[in-house]
Amino acid sequence: MGTVALFILTIAAIVFSAGGILASRFFTKSVYNPQKGQPYECGIPTSGTPWSQFHIGYYLYAIVFLLFEVELVFMYPWAVIVQKIGVGALVEMFAFIVVLFIGFLYAHKKGALKWM
Amino acid sequence: MLNTISFEAIKTAVQQWLNMHWGPHLAFIAECILIGLLVIVFFAVLGLLLVFMERKVSAVMQIRLGPNRVGPKGWLQTSADTLKLMLKEGLTPDGADKFLFNLAPFLIMIAAMLIMVPIAFARNFQIWDINIGVLYISSIASISVIAILMAGWSSNNKYALLGAMRSGAQIISYELSAGVAVITMVMLTQSLSIQDIILSQQNGWWIFKGHIPAIIAFIIFMIAATAETNRAPFDLAEAESELTAGFHTEYSGMKFALFFLAEYINVFIVCAVAAILFFGGWMPFHIGNWEGFNHIMDYIPSSIWFLGKTFCLIFLIMWFRWTFPRLRIDQLLNLEWKYLLPISLANLLLMTIIVVLKWYL
Repeated sequence: MGTVALFILTIAAIVFSAGGILASRFFTKSVYNPQKGQPYECGIPTSGTPWSQFHIGYYLYAIVFLLFEVELVFMYPWAVIVQKIGVGALVEMFAFIVVLFIGFLYAHKKGALKWM
Repeated sequence: MLNTISFEAIKTAVQQWLNMHWGPHLAFIAECILIGLLVIVFFAVLGLLLVFMERKVSAVMQIRLGPNRVGPKGWLQTSADTLKLMLKEGLTPDGADKFLFNLAPFLIMIAAMLIMVPIAFARNFQIWDINIGVLYISSIASISVIAILMAGWSSNNKYALLGAMRSGAQIISYELSAGVAVITMVMLTQSLSIQDIILSQQNGWWIFKGHIPAIIAFIIFMIAATAETNRAPFDLAEAESELTAGFHTEYSGMKFALFFLAEYINVFIVCAVAAILFFGGWMPFHIGNWEGFNHIMDYIPSSIWFLGKTFCLIFLIMWFRWTFPRLRIDQLLNLEWKYLLPISLANLLLMTIIVVLKWYL
C-alpha cells in the first residue's frame, strides 16, 4: 500500500468528521442567543479572562519530558540492533542511562518535579 | 478449508476480482476507496460497540442492569445516543478562537485514524506494514496531545484550559514509561515492524518467554496506557466533580461525539498494541510440542485471536475504572516520575542483560 495509505486515511478521517458535523448542521436549527455564547461556568457570568495564569509546574514537567523523549528516540535504533552488538551495547546503554539519571536527579533536587 | 473464510482470503479474492474486471489503475483507486470506507465503518461500529460495552461492564460491576430498553437487550442504545447527538446544536462560544475550536475535532480524528495504518487485524490483513511500525504508532499518538491542548485553549473556558493542561502533562509524562516498555520488547523482537513482531512470537508469546522483565514491562505499559487514554483512575483531565468535562466542556453535538469516539478508539489502539507486543497479536496460543492442542488452536481464525485479546485488555482497563479511586494531580505525576520511570529504566537494563546473554528461549 505504501504512503498512499496515509493520504487515504487522512481523507477518510476528514470525510468522517466533516460528514458528521455537516449532517448534524443539516438536521438542526440554530437560533442565536447571547446567553448561549457565554463560557460555561455553572450558570453565573464568568469573572475575569478565561485565559488565566496556570501552574508553572506544567512547564517544568514539559522541559524534563523533552530530555527523556530525546533519549527515547536514541533508544529505538539501539534496541533493534542490541542483540547483534552484544556486551558493548549493554555497557554503552548503562553509561547513557547513568548520565541521564544524574540529570534526572539534578532536576529532582532542584525541585522541578515537586508540585507546589 | 481452513482459509476459506479468513480476512486474508477475502482480501485476495477482492483484489483478484478488481484486477480481473478493471484495469490496474482503476483497481488501485477502487481499493483505496474500499479501504477508506472500511476504516470509516470500522470506526463507527467500534465506537458504538465500545460505548455499549463500557456501559454494560460498569452496570455489571455495580450490580445493576445497564441499558436494556432500546433494541434487544439494549443493543441499540448507543445508536440512539448517536442519533440524539446528531440532532443537537453544535455551539461555538462567542469568545472562542473559532478556527482552532473547529479544527481540534478533525485533528483528533485524523490522529486516531492514522494509527490504524500498521495494526494487523488478522494474518496478512494490514493496511501497510511500515518497517518502523511501533515508533510510528507512538509518534502519531503524540499528535492527539496537540489536538487536546488546541481544544482546551481555544474554548475560552477556565475548566477547558485547566483540563487540557492536566491532560497534556499527564499524556506526555506517561508516554515516557510506555515508550520504555515498548523498547524493552523491541530488544527481543529485533524489529519495529508489526508483522515481524508478531511472527517472532510463533513459538510462544513474549509475555511467557520474555521472563520477568516482559511481565514488568506489560504492567508498566498497561498503567501508562490507562493514563495516556485519560481513563480512570487517571481521568483528572475530565474529573467531573471539579472540571465538569475537561478540555471538551464547550463542545456539543457532533464535535463532542467526535472527541468521545476518539477517546474510545484510542483505548482500542493501546490495547491492540499491548496485544501485539505481549500476546502475539493474531498468533494462536500454542503449548510447546503438544501437536493436538496446537492444531485445535490453529482452527480458530486469526482475527478472532486478535480481537479476543484486544477486548480482554479493554475489559481490564474498564475494570480499573471501577476498582481504583481517582488520583490527585501531584500523586499522578509523582507516580510516573518517581516510581514508574526509574523502574522501567531499571527493567530496560535487566532486559538488556537477558538479551545480551541470550537467556530467553
